[in-house]
This record gives sequence, structure tokens and C-alpha cells, in this order.
Amino acid sequence: MTYAVAFRELTLGYDRHPAVRRVDGEVADGSLTAIVGPNGAGKSTLLRGVTGDLRPLAGHVDFGTCTRNEIAYLPQQSDIDRSFPITVVDLVAVGLWSEIGGFFGLRAAHRAQVDDAISAVGLTGFESRPIGSLSGGQIQRALFARLLLQDARLVLLDEPFLAIDAKTMIDLLGVVRRWHGEGRTVITVLHDVETVRAYFPETLILARDLVAHGPTAEVLTAANQFRARQMCEACVGPPHDCGRDAL
Amino acid sequence: MWEALIQPFAEFGFMRRAMLGCIAISAGATPVGVFLMLRRMSLTGDAMAHAILPGAAVGYLVAGLSLGAMTVGGLVAGMAVALLSGFVTRVTALREDASLAAFYLISLSLGVLIVSTRGSNIDLMHVLFGTVLALDDSALILLCSITSLTLIALALLFRPLVLECADPQFLRTVSGLSAVTHFTFLALVVINLVSGFHALGTLMAVGIMIVPAAAARFWAVSIGGLILVAVAIAIVASGCGLLVSYHFGLPSGPAIILAAGLAYGLSLTLGPVGSLAAPVLPRRNVEA
Repeated sequence: MTYAVAFRELTLGYDRHPAVRRVDGEVADGSLTAIVGPNGAGKSTLLRGVTGDLRPLAGHVDFGTCTRNEIAYLPQQSDIDRSFPITVVDLVAVGLWSEIGGFFGLRAAHRAQVDDAISAVGLTGFESRPIGSLSGGQIQRALFARLLLQDARLVLLDEPFLAIDAKTMIDLLGVVRRWHGEGRTVITVLHDVETVRAYFPETLILARDLVAHGPTAEVLTAANQFRARQMCEACVGPPHDCGRDAL
Repeated sequence: MWEALIQPFAEFGFMRRAMLGCIAISAGATPVGVFLMLRRMSLTGDAMAHAILPGAAVGYLVAGLSLGAMTVGGLVAGMAVALLSGFVTRVTALREDASLAAFYLISLSLGVLIVSTRGSNIDLMHVLFGTVLALDDSALILLCSITSLTLIALALLFRPLVLECADPQFLRTVSGLSAVTHFTFLALVVINLVSGFHALGTLMAVGIMIVPAAAARFWAVSIGGLILVAVAIAIVASGCGLLVSYHFGLPSGPAIILAAGLAYGLSLTLGPVGSLAAPVLPRRNVEA
């Protein structure tokens, strides 16, 4: 089995305090994997380790079928300044950065790609709206459109459905499925177990240490979830060890 | 009317030179000010303006009222304060506003000390309030060069700069330009402040950067629109300020910034976008 990305004894943390400890595992190429675990389990930290945003304290991340440059990443709390005067098209079109770079303009073909992506997330008609006038769900749709344009081999999503309505979530799950169908590897941090069961064939349970990793039906058991909660509660260190929910 | 508005410029070379200098500063510093405002760094501009003082003062100590020495000194001091405060924020627990405030206050006091130990009060006034009515050829060339450089840099870095402001995390994931963009922008702030302080003085240089940008917020929505309106306001305010200063014998720097302040007051009250009067003005179609 070829892997898109592999964790080798990977330890990640902040200020030398580990938030993820000695995680081993391979994420298969083209798989659709959910990362679940209690608050403070290091789920977001693990994604940041993959993007290279956070350097490992020990171990390393191996890239198999893709490289670090072929990652598209949607953080949990994006630090987008929504008062900044740009439109939906401006926000989405920079997804083509690898083609247009920092300077070149959009050609007609690019423009068509941007329109397609906007239509795929159901935002047609909103193209010239300022981003400040969008709801949380609409912003998330626009960010998914940008991810579509990034055309990445590996897509990392951190709690992408937090605080958005059910309709938007269903639509965006459709986009996730589309990526899966196109053979891209998708890793998503999620907390809603039902969504994971319904949509994600693979699951990785994390509680700072790796609890289990494999097919969702086998891995996402009550016993494993209980064990994960116990492992995180057992961590009685200072808040930065265990309580950083938004890592 | 002609006599009041045109004659001072037609008759006196120093007025024409002052106006040219102000146009140059308006075209370069004001777009930088728009980005400072959009990044919520308006007060950072003020802090940086104070930070360049000791560099300019050391330049003055070494070479007298030399344009080149004071410019280089100001640049070095401004960049040093910007980089040091950035460094302290990154490696210690202190937040950026506090570390910048500490460094610029140290820098400012050092500057005042240096100027006052060696110079006369007139020199101090020159540094603090500028000499827009006494701009010579080399000063004008410097101002125009800084403006050209600024506009070229902004054109080249426009997209990364917009992203660095609107969604810095995304810029970091797709490109290595994040740090380059940030520091180039800081350098642009500093060189434009240096350019402004030759004409308007360290206290007023930041005024031409920020006040027109703040006023433009009430007229335009897009970044391009903001820049155009801000530059226009800065140029008109410069002309008005120079005329008021000429007719009433007032210092020109403050007169220019007060004229921009008047434009700000009018915009705040009557501008079509988010002003006091906006709720009662006929609605523009801002849906699309």
C-alpha cells in the first residue's frame, strides 16, 4: 500500500511540552481519513506538523506520493480579517497561487476555473460581494472554493464544519467526497462521530498518543473512544500540556 | 480668486517646489498609509515616525543639515526599531504594541537628547516641523525617487501584501513571500516617513500618511478606490495648506495636516460609506 503521508515516532509540541507523542502510522494515498479525539488530544497539532507549520520535537513526517508543496490546508480558526475590503472572487482566486503567483493576472481560463469553483460550493451570484458581508457558512463555502482551486494532492481540514448550518455542511461534505473520488488524500479533524461514521472510511483516534488507526467501522468503537477520554483525563499536567483545545 | 489661489504658485518658485514635494509625498506615503490603516497599524506609523528621530539626529551631528546623512540615519533608526520590536515580540512574552512603544520612546528621547546637546532650537524645529517651503533640488529629487520606488514596490507586492493583511496564514502556506512582504512594507513605511520628515518634519510626516487614508474610508470600498481617494485628498489638502500658510503666515506642515483633518471631518460627517450621515443618505447599490 502506498502512503501519502506517514508519521514516524512523531512528537510535536509547544515550548518543548509535547502535545502529540510518538505517533506512528501511514495515511494511505487517496484515502479519506477523520482524526477524532477529546479536546486537547493534539488533533490540530498533528495537522500543523504535516503542513510544516510546527517542527517536530522528535521523529518526523514522511511524504510518500505527495510533497509538502502539494498540500492545501484549512485551519480551524482562520485569521482572515473579514473587514478587509476584498470580494469573494479575490478571496477564492488566490487558490490559483501556484499558477498566477504573486504578480500575474487572471487569464480567461483562470477566470472560468474560479467561476466553476464558486459554483461548485453554491456561491454563484456572490462573486463581487465583499467578504465582510458573508455569513460564517458562506465564508466557509468560499474557503472550500479556494481549496478546490489549489488542486492539491493532500487536503487537510481542521474542524471545517464548526458553527455552520446543516445545509452548508452537507454541501461541503459533497466537496470532500468529490476530492476523495478524484483520488486525492483528505485528512479531516472532526468531533462529530456520526458524521465520521457516515462519510469517512478511515479514522485515526488521538489522545496525545495514538489510540487507534484503521477502517472506521473497526476503529471507532465505544471502547476506543472511552480509552481516548481516559488517556486525556489522565494527563494532569499544566494546561499547556493537555487543555489547549485550539492547538 | 485667481490672486488668492494661483498667484502664490505662479509668482514664487518656493511655492511651486513645495507643492511638487507635497504631491510626491502624497502619491507615495498615502497608499502606504491606506495599507497601514487596513492592517490596523495606524498608530504604528506614528510610533515609527518618532523612532526615526535619533538616526536623523546622528546624521545631523555627523554631517550637519545634510540630506543624505539624515536620510540614511533615519532609515537605519526606523528599521532598527521595527526589527528589534518584531524580534522581541517573537522571542519574549511581550506583545508587539508594548515592545514597539518601548523602543520608539527610547528612540525618541535619544533623538531629542542628541539634537539638543549639539544643535540650536532652530535645528530642532527643522527636524520636528520640516521645511516644506525650503525644499532644494536634491530634496525634491529624493522625495520623487522615494515615491517612485514606493509605487513600484507596491505594484510588485500588491497581491502578497493584500493577502498578508487579509489572510496571512494562507500566504504562509502557499508562498515564502510572507516575511519578505512584511519587511518590505515596514521599509516602505520608514522611507516614506523619512521622505515626509524632510518636508513636514517628524511630527507631521505621519499625518499625510494616515489622515487622508482615514478620510478615504468614508468614500470608497475597494482598495484601489481607497488609494485614489486618499491620494486626491492628500494633494488637495497640501495645496490648501500651503495657501493658508502663505496668506496667513502660518507654519506650512501643520496647515497641510489641518487641511487634511478638515477633509477627514467632512468625510466623517458626509461621506457615503459608513459616515454619520450614511444612514440617512439615499442608499447606493452596494449589494453587488
